[in-house]
Amino acid sequence: MEFNEHKPIYIQIAEAFCEKVLDGSFGADERIPSVREYGSEIGVNPNTVMRVYEKLTAEGIIYNKRGIGYFVSADAREKVLAVQRAEFLEKEVPAIKRRLSLLGLDPSVFL
Amino acid sequence: MIEVSNLSFSYGLKPVLKNISLRLEGGNIYGLLGENGVGKTTLLTLLCGLKKPQKGSIVTDGRNPFDRDPALLGEQFYLADEPAPVHAKACVFGSSTGSLWPKYDQAKFLEILSEFEVDPDQMMDTMSSGQLKKTWISFALACNARHYFLDEPTNGLDIPSKSQFRKAIMKHTGEDSMVVISTHQVRDLEEIIDPIIILDKEDVLLNASLEQISRKLFFDYGTQIHSDALYLEHTPSGAIQVYPNTSGEESKVNLEALFNAAHSHKTTVKALFHE
Repeated sequence: MEFNEHKPIYIQIAEAFCEKVLDGSFGADERIPSVREYGSEIGVNPNTVMRVYEKLTAEGIIYNKRGIGYFVSADAREKVLAVQRAEFLEKEVPAIKRRLSLLGLDPSVFL
Repeated sequence: MIEVSNLSFSYGLKPVLKNISLRLEGGNIYGLLGENGVGKTTLLTLLCGLKKPQKGSIVTDGRNPFDRDPALLGEQFYLADEPAPVHAKACVFGSSTGSLWPKYDQAKFLEILSEFEVDPDQMMDTMSSGQLKKTWISFALACNARHYFLDEPTNGLDIPSKSQFRKAIMKHTGEDSMVVISTHQVRDLEEIIDPIIILDKEDVLLNASLEQISRKLFFDYGTQIHSDALYLEHTPSGAIQVYPNTSGEESKVNLEALFNAAHSHKTTVKALFHE
């Protein structure tokens, strides 16, 4: 996996995971790889993957069945969508508006 | 678990390690960093029982490694920076020498060799240094040890082998095993070593997880220069600056910048992590 320079790696991995939930690579109630399996797959320390799974569990995107493993929540897609839509409206849209006005462009370019 | 207490070691009159204390826990892949000559290899060879502490002690799961108790030796593996070019085919070397490790698995040895694209029928003393290193890494992992001490394991590996190595370390070590990797190639291993130990002349500057590091120090990749930065390096896209984390926000730890910050501000960094 390639990482950019700015955000902690565990956040970048969590974001990549959410993308996979959105595009359907991870379906509802599907089992996901164990911490070590996932670490080995993407070449990242198990401690880092553990933090990813803790974050996603806290957000309700995955859940842990004790002794069996981690699974994608039934409503994971809705949860990711809600969070990412809110973030898009809050951060990216104002940035796009600023850029449009700086460059003297009209919002109709999106149509 | 390995508990190192007040360990000292010198070569003749030249002291290398002085009064070092360090605790290493199972389930971790430690990155042991330090400038040339600070004693990384000395420490690894002490940990695995090849050398005897002159002062202080090392206790590995309740045992002293220098006693060379076969039960402990069968649970640990020390891989030297330049491993021996044995006059034997890799597969033969594996099955004969592997018997010294009770959990050695020949099928696993052959599987890892094939992941590294090394021919198991080649004589080890006719291999290139990279091939030989990969053979030894495969053999080490096939021993299913609990304590691994790897001295510069990515030295001499070609580009695809480095990523193979990162994956193999996670895939082929147990959940409770401890791996200590000494390295100068932090970029090769940046994503797989955590916690980080920085060894300095006769001292341990830092022994902390990446999470602890990113809580104590902030790695700023922006272009705005901070006057209180412990370390500043200009990069093509701006700069990397390291300063004490006051906002609580986490950033991506850059190991080279961490190392340089720790070296230029030893007392500040030590104090930050000893709180």
